Amino acid sequence: MATYHPEGLKTAAEETLVEDRSSSKPPTPQGVSLGLKGWLRWMWRQLTSMRVALLLLLLLAGVALPGAFFPQRSVDPNAVAEYFQDHPDSAPVLDKLHLFDVFSSPWFSAVYLLLFISLIGCIVPRTLSHLKNLRARPPRVPRRFARFPVRTELRTAMPPEQVQQALAGTLGRRYRREWGTESVTTTAGRERTIRTLSAERGTGRETGNLIFHLALVGLLVVTAWGSLVHYRGQIVIVEGDTFVNSPVDYDSFDTGAWYDAEGMEPFRIRLDDFSSVFTELGDARDFTADVTLMRSDAPDREQTIQVNHPLETNSTRVYLSGNGYAPDVTVTDADGEVAFSGPVIFLPDDDIGYTSNGAIMVPDTSAGLDQLGLNGTLLPTAVITPGGQPVMSSYPELNDPVLVLNVYTGDLGLDDGIPQNLYTLDTTNLTEVPDPDDPSQPAQVLLRPGETAELPDGLGTITLNDIPRFAALDVRYDPSIPWMGVFAGIAIAALAASLFLPRRRLWARIIPGPGGTTVVTAAALARGDDPGLRAELDRVLAPLSIDQPADEQTKENL
Amino acid sequence: MNTDLGTISTLLVYGAMACYVVAMIAFAVDVSALGVGAKADRRRRAAGIGMSVIHLAAVVHLAAIVLRALAAGRVPWANMYEFTLMFTFFLVAVFLGIQRRKDVRYLGVGVAMLAFLALFLAISVLYVEADGVQPALQSYWLVIHVSVATLATGLFGFSALISVVQLLQGRRESCATDHPDPAIVPGAEGDGATDGDGGGAAGKAGHPGGGVATAPARTGTTVLNRVLQPLPAAADLERLAYRLNAVAFVAWTFVLVAGAIWAEHAWGRPWGWDPKETWSFVIWVIYAAYLHARVTTGWAAQKFAYFALVGFMALLANFYVVNIFFNSRHSYSGL
Ligand code: HEM
Repeated sequence: MATYHPEGLKTAAEETLVEDRSSSKPPTPQGVSLGLKGWLRWMWRQLTSMRVALLLLLLLAGVALPGAFFPQRSVDPNAVAEYFQDHPDSAPVLDKLHLFDVFSSPWFSAVYLLLFISLIGCIVPRTLSHLKNLRARPPRVPRRFARFPVRTELRTAMPPEQVQQALAGTLGRRYRREWGTESVTTTAGRERTIRTLSAERGTGRETGNLIFHLALVGLLVVTAWGSLVHYRGQIVIVEGDTFVNSPVDYDSFDTGAWYDAEGMEPFRIRLDDFSSVFTELGDARDFTADVTLMRSDAPDREQTIQVNHPLETNSTRVYLSGNGYAPDVTVTDADGEVAFSGPVIFLPDDDIGYTSNGAIMVPDTSAGLDQLGLNGTLLPTAVITPGGQPVMSSYPELNDPVLVLNVYTGDLGLDDGIPQNLYTLDTTNLTEVPDPDDPSQPAQVLLRPGETAELPDGLGTITLNDIPRFAALDVRYDPSIPWMGVFAGIAIAALAASLFLPRRRLWARIIPGPGGTTVVTAAALARGDDPGLRAELDRVLAPLSIDQPADEQTKENL
Repeated sequence: MNTDLGTISTLLVYGAMACYVVAMIAFAVDVSALGVGAKADRRRRAAGIGMSVIHLAAVVHLAAIVLRALAAGRVPWANMYEFTLMFTFFLVAVFLGIQRRKDVRYLGVGVAMLAFLALFLAISVLYVEADGVQPALQSYWLVIHVSVATLATGLFGFSALISVVQLLQGRRESCATDHPDPAIVPGAEGDGATDGDGGGAAGKAGHPGGGVATAPARTGTTVLNRVLQPLPAAADLERLAYRLNAVAFVAWTFVLVAGAIWAEHAWGRPWGWDPKETWSFVIWVIYAAYLHARVTTGWAAQKFAYFALVGFMALLANFYVVNIFFNSRHSYSGL
């Protein structure tokens, strides 16, 4: 009962090629004398059994789920950091269990690798026997048709040769078939020759099934290859700036183990312009980065990058992954020297008005002066209270931009080699400059484009020159991606074949009857559920159908 | 963005919901008539009314979808509200399509109820104005990926209803016959028939018409048993559920692949284990396990249904829970 019979391996009464794999006992009666080899073989059999495959599939679902409940480093590292802050006790434990890196954890890998080993162990022998089976002859005609639910018996005026021709016609090319003869002695003692037909179609079902599983293996293999050779660089650039496809230029850069630094395609990209379209309510409708792609071996190319339309270079794709404003400021220090000048990235919050936060760090003040840090918010369309206080931004575009800054002095901590987040100010060694008019409050500097403000305490001045936009770009090299598509496409087509191609066998006996008539008995058998089987048998027999059921006399002749 | 059309569309959704309620009542009357002893071969007026009304509901429902598309100026499946409009429509359409070939009116109550509940939730909680979409959704993959997802959801939903009836029916049958589940071993049954006197044949003996008694008359004691008795045998229900699940599984596989292609265009990676992607994968694995369980002999037919139901639960969770409560890049709900 618990035997697993792979489809396509069995004919009417044949031996089972695949042993009973589901018994949970080792295969020999004396389990003790099994030996190492025996045990290994037994384990292999267990691993490649459908039952274990099923278990592993369920296990795979089970071990994947935590990845949906806990923030994942690979997806959202900030959320993981937040989790650590919110749950300082449990987070390290969870981390030990790899719950923040579920999909690269040893236990997740173990499950899917076992599953794929099981799959290969299951599918390779099946493929071999299926190949053999493809060349085998259709199964012989069963002696009795009575046990098949789908069967027919009819009498036709055609002679046997004509019946054979007609059946050959309706079977068409899909059926492999074999004609044969049988001799029977009738009750009247006469010798008769009966023609027999055995036909079979639908090996595509098993072929599809095997190809489907092999395509899954292919998918896994190319994915693994891709993650070994890939690289990905992320960069934030302001309008007018150019970056080079080289690890040193990227803000972050990660690679697979087989990444080939020499092989990186030499190109540069300049962000010429960034534009966006918003609805009246401030919902984004379109982001477009106009860029120039520059290569030494080809003329410059002007291109656009949009959210669903990455730029393709020879080997990489460049995706638009974010955007925002980068206020261009000039800061002079207490000595009147220009201590900083240039655009500073302000990262937008998730709000509708693109309220953006950033930090202006001014380490290069004149000798003897403290370093300056400005921490602030850009409101693209500022909403101002009657008291003159900007509170929020009501629209993502620059309708009435106001830059609101707090001022700090002290040590920015840039020189001690600890990696710094460029978008927030580390205030540990800084002191906030108080408002000269109301020392209980921090000083606040408000700026609109073109304006210059005095910093409090005579620390210097700051000018907001302009507010250009920035684009965040992802550059990705992963040669496996087209192959993933190929294997996924094959998998879907093969899956459909394995589930929907009917696998059918038809048998018929063509028996010469009295008076030039012929009696045809036929039966059909399908693999699995096949509601169309009856109709198929009727279709094949249709040309014979003058629809006379065989009468008693012919029955006797059988 | 034409607000008038959007308003009419919403009104039509209310209209469709009203029709589903009426159809549900009519189907319920039909089914419960069996429970109070009506003959299985009686004239089924209530079922007829239910069919007419649910046809009307489907037409109104479709009109609501079309107007919604016109109002938004794009395909009408870009947020949770619209997704619900679509998958409930497919649920009903699958029901009506299958009804053309075999009598499945006993599922009408479930279909109408599921459609009503989902629409109710959509219109009261998930509703958003018809509008354009954010740049990440501006892609023809929206057309392909999401529409097939709604179709798969409708199919899985309909199969889940069948599975529920199958489980009830199976319990009744095993009580009535004093021995466990009717032994059907679907994967092997074709060949099984060859080897011996086909255990599978017994299950196949059912008539194609669903409303006709297939099991020999048994003493149905409870109301539920009397309702179930004239319905198809558990084995037949199981087969129907399986065929639909198989179609839905192929569709779901396509959804995953199309989603990966789209993610590659929009986000620069085909697969990133975002919560939505993780859930979709888990659902796929559960249904794959279902298909495997079914070809693993030695499993009683009853058990496959649990796999399928767990899969459908995960599908619902993926939609209602992940979209709203998880921080996912797929948060396209518009809420
Ligand atoms: C990555 C994991 C796997 C997935 C996603 C998967 C998926 C599928 C799917 C979708 C089908 C079609 C269902 C059907 O034909 O009824 C199938 C069939 C099948 N799978 Fe798998 N499979 C996996 C692993 C395995 C393993 C490990 C084995 C063997 C131990 C296996 C053996 C089979 C067999 C024998 C069939 C054909 C059933 C039949 O004869 O119709 N599969 N698989």
